[in-house]
Amino acid sequence: MATNKNVIERDRIVIKFAGDSGDGMQLTGTQFTDTSAILGNDLATFPDFPSEIRAPQGTIAGVSGYQVHIGHADIETSGDKADVLVAMNPAALAYNLKHCKANATIIIDLDAFNEKAFKKAHLATNPLEDGSLDGYNLIAPPVTTQCREVLRETGMDSKTIDKTRNQFIAGILSYLFNRDVEMGIAFLRNKFAKKPKLVDINAKVLKAGYIYAGNIEAIHSTFIVNPNLSKKGKFRNITGNQATAWGLMAAAEKSGLPFFLGSYPITPATDILAELSKHKALGIKTFQAEDEIAGINSAIGASYAGHMAATTTSGPGLSLKSEAIGLAFITELPLVIVNVMRGGPSTGLPTKTEQTDLMQALWGRNGEAPIPIIAASSPADCFDYAFMAEKIAIEHMTPVVLLTDSYLGNGSGLWKIPNMDDMDSITPLMADVNKPYQPYDRDEKTGARYWTKPGTPGHEHRVGGLEKSDGKGSVSHDPINHEKMTKLREEKVMRIADNYPKQEVFGKEEGDLLIVSWGSTKGSAYSAFKELEEEGKDIAFTNFNYLFPLPNETADIFKRYKRILVCELNSGQFAFHLRSTLPEFKYMQFNKIQAQPFMVSELTEKFNEILGAK
Amino acid sequence: MKNIPVYTKKDFVSDQEVKWCAGCGDFSILSSVQSILPEIGVKKEKIVFISGIGCSSRFPYYVDTFGFHGIHGRAAAIASGVKAANPDLNVWIMSGDGDSMAIGGNHFIHVLRRNMNVNYVLFNNQIYGLTKGQYSPTTPLGQVTKTSPFGTIEHPFKPGELAMGAEGTFYARGVDNNPKQMKEIFLEGAKHEGASLVEILQNCVIFNNGTHKEITAKETRDDHQIYLKDGEKMIFGKEKNKGLVLDGLKLKAVTIGEDGYTLDDILVHDAGQEDPTMAYLLARMSLPELPIAVGVIRAYKAPVYDQLMEQQIEHVKANSKIKNMTDLINSGQTFTL
Repeated sequence: MATNKNVIERDRIVIKFAGDSGDGMQLTGTQFTDTSAILGNDLATFPDFPSEIRAPQGTIAGVSGYQVHIGHADIETSGDKADVLVAMNPAALAYNLKHCKANATIIIDLDAFNEKAFKKAHLATNPLEDGSLDGYNLIAPPVTTQCREVLRETGMDSKTIDKTRNQFIAGILSYLFNRDVEMGIAFLRNKFAKKPKLVDINAKVLKAGYIYAGNIEAIHSTFIVNPNLSKKGKFRNITGNQATAWGLMAAAEKSGLPFFLGSYPITPATDILAELSKHKALGIKTFQAEDEIAGINSAIGASYAGHMAATTTSGPGLSLKSEAIGLAFITELPLVIVNVMRGGPSTGLPTKTEQTDLMQALWGRNGEAPIPIIAASSPADCFDYAFMAEKIAIEHMTPVVLLTDSYLGNGSGLWKIPNMDDMDSITPLMADVNKPYQPYDRDEKTGARYWTKPGTPGHEHRVGGLEKSDGKGSVSHDPINHEKMTKLREEKVMRIADNYPKQEVFGKEEGDLLIVSWGSTKGSAYSAFKELEEEGKDIAFTNFNYLFPLPNETADIFKRYKRILVCELNSGQFAFHLRSTLPEFKYMQFNKIQAQPFMVSELTEKFNEILGAK
Repeated sequence: MKNIPVYTKKDFVSDQEVKWCAGCGDFSILSSVQSILPEIGVKKEKIVFISGIGCSSRFPYYVDTFGFHGIHGRAAAIASGVKAANPDLNVWIMSGDGDSMAIGGNHFIHVLRRNMNVNYVLFNNQIYGLTKGQYSPTTPLGQVTKTSPFGTIEHPFKPGELAMGAEGTFYARGVDNNPKQMKEIFLEGAKHEGASLVEILQNCVIFNNGTHKEITAKETRDDHQIYLKDGEKMIFGKEKNKGLVLDGLKLKAVTIGEDGYTLDDILVHDAGQEDPTMAYLLARMSLPELPIAVGVIRAYKAPVYDQLMEQQIEHVKANSKIKNMTDLINSGQTFTL
């Protein structure tokens, strides 16, 4: 370890890796993340990339980023502004500088800063010389030259060598964060297990970067982020999409049902389909359908056949599935529809995050078809809510929409590996095989109809999209029966709220301002609340994961506070929903529609403004 | 057979009142299907009828088996999920020309392409019946309907051509006024492992009465239909003296003993060949130059999706160290804090 330097202990630090899509920023970011986890830091990550696979190199549109927030403190978000920025070219610097703290450390590849690159990034002047980096701590090694020098004797072509540039940066970061280079090399060994040559050259470059950092004068102080001591146990770094897939799989195991996924690729939900298709070893059937509609209809078919079924999609795909959700609703079959929300409307911003599909999930069907809506609130808790979505679907015989979003799906955080034995049981509402069967006989407690599956002798029956008579399930156009069935279906869904866990409220039990968020807004809203609470402000916080039906105690919570502020990444959809459900309260709104998550600082500013304006 | 009870047709008649118009071709299709179900060697509780929307799609209500009445065009997608979930089930898709050729066209080609082991019955009456008489994708060019008061300007599909384009492994055609023939091809379809498409030329007595008259009428049917049988000469006609020959890349109808054609020149039907080209030519034959092909036009044995899916799962299971969720969530990179 280097000496002669000023080591600063930090509670939390945000690092942003940015470069062209091919610069290996996701890899370097993951390498740094895994190393942090091994050292005991809490963490959250978020990749930020364009929707094009290889947008033109060197342009702002082509900048791909990966942000990681590590902490001795508990980490709730992927972080606001960066403490350290890695910018592999001028476009990456230009795009990200506004997202850096005033005194941030900025690491660039000097070799990438030339007239041609400035032009591509639409920069009139050289940012290294025009004063735009005043106040920042700049580390500007000629990375490309250095890599080529280090690997000159290998005789490799410069294209291959240039792909190791990110490891020179990884070496500098090892120095900057007082980390052993061997940790970074171990990551490479694992990553390129079948390509030892690749490990060799990258390890060489990594070490060279480390030594370089120790030799130059530019690094005046280095950082240490101590382990987080509140987290104990066995963890893994998990993305929301992976956690969603695993949560569904866990539900299948706990319910004892085989699992069928009918799905169609769509950004940013595709990774769930890809993840599930890996796990044939656990008997999971994934059907990549010809379109979104076939995806959900095949899942309905599988559910009818007695499987635990799901379909995964993002906003535009949810639109296409609307009619079939109505079919699952009227046939009262269990089905989970995962919607990884992205910027809309229409194709919108496919790789960006937004909470704009709440209304669609709530009301986007013909006829009266209320279905439970659940939202996950962190990458790791996607596991729990995916599990819960299936539990509700299976035990209450209804389709359920699970809302996550691009921020949760692609972002990652530490997930405490559960003991499967400790997880809730899931008990499918199966009909007694020894008794005659009527499709619309109902369980008294839940109001749900009993499930049976083809292959059960004596249970032959017909269901479908036409209205049916209660009990026997014959096609019925009887007006009174329709009203009865409409109410039975609604009542069944409303009763689900009786089984929710308690709605958690943080901060004062009663008081001035209650901050309300839902789903993925939780991390930043909680962090902002916590900051103000520590300052002694009269503030409380609650986050909703169960959006429909709302938790039974919602009104009891709301009435204990003078003012309610609903924070969400849309124009006020949850506020609208609250107003229509609980019109006795007044709701203030704080909305952001930039297809980016809330920054904690934006929220604290808003909260302070409201508290100050009392 | 594996302890299959002896069923009669009556066992497959449900207690629901059949609500098709009097004289509808659907009745004879229903009756033909019900009468072959006792013969397919499947327990009643393992049979599932799945439909979309349209007159034909009411079918599942009338058969006393498991049934699912889906939404417009999606029967094939629902059936794919049922069959992939449980390959042990005997799955039937009941659909019409609007349901399968228009709104459900995408699912139609893909269920055939995947060769899902299902029985697909396509009721082709060349009209939208349930919505009261609009033209469908199989309505002949120029026909006047509710939505084409000046005649259609759309070239119609032949379902068989689409099926061959998707390289479907089984295609048969029948007519609704020939129950004996329908039963034969339904049985062949049920026996076929893979997606078996049976198109029935069906009469809509209300909105398109007589649309298949030229093909089905007693006076003309022998000359206008050719009932193809695997391994037999392609011969037709009241006098059994007409046959099909290949003329370049086209089929030609000839009279045996005329123009120098002898029995030896007549083609022999080979339904089982991999190449669907001949089946395509047979499927697209149309009056007046050529007779309409009926019977099993193609029955090619190919790998079946739902079976491949099971096999792949068994293979991966046998070779994986991951046996349950606990194994999975503790595998790979973990961190103990």
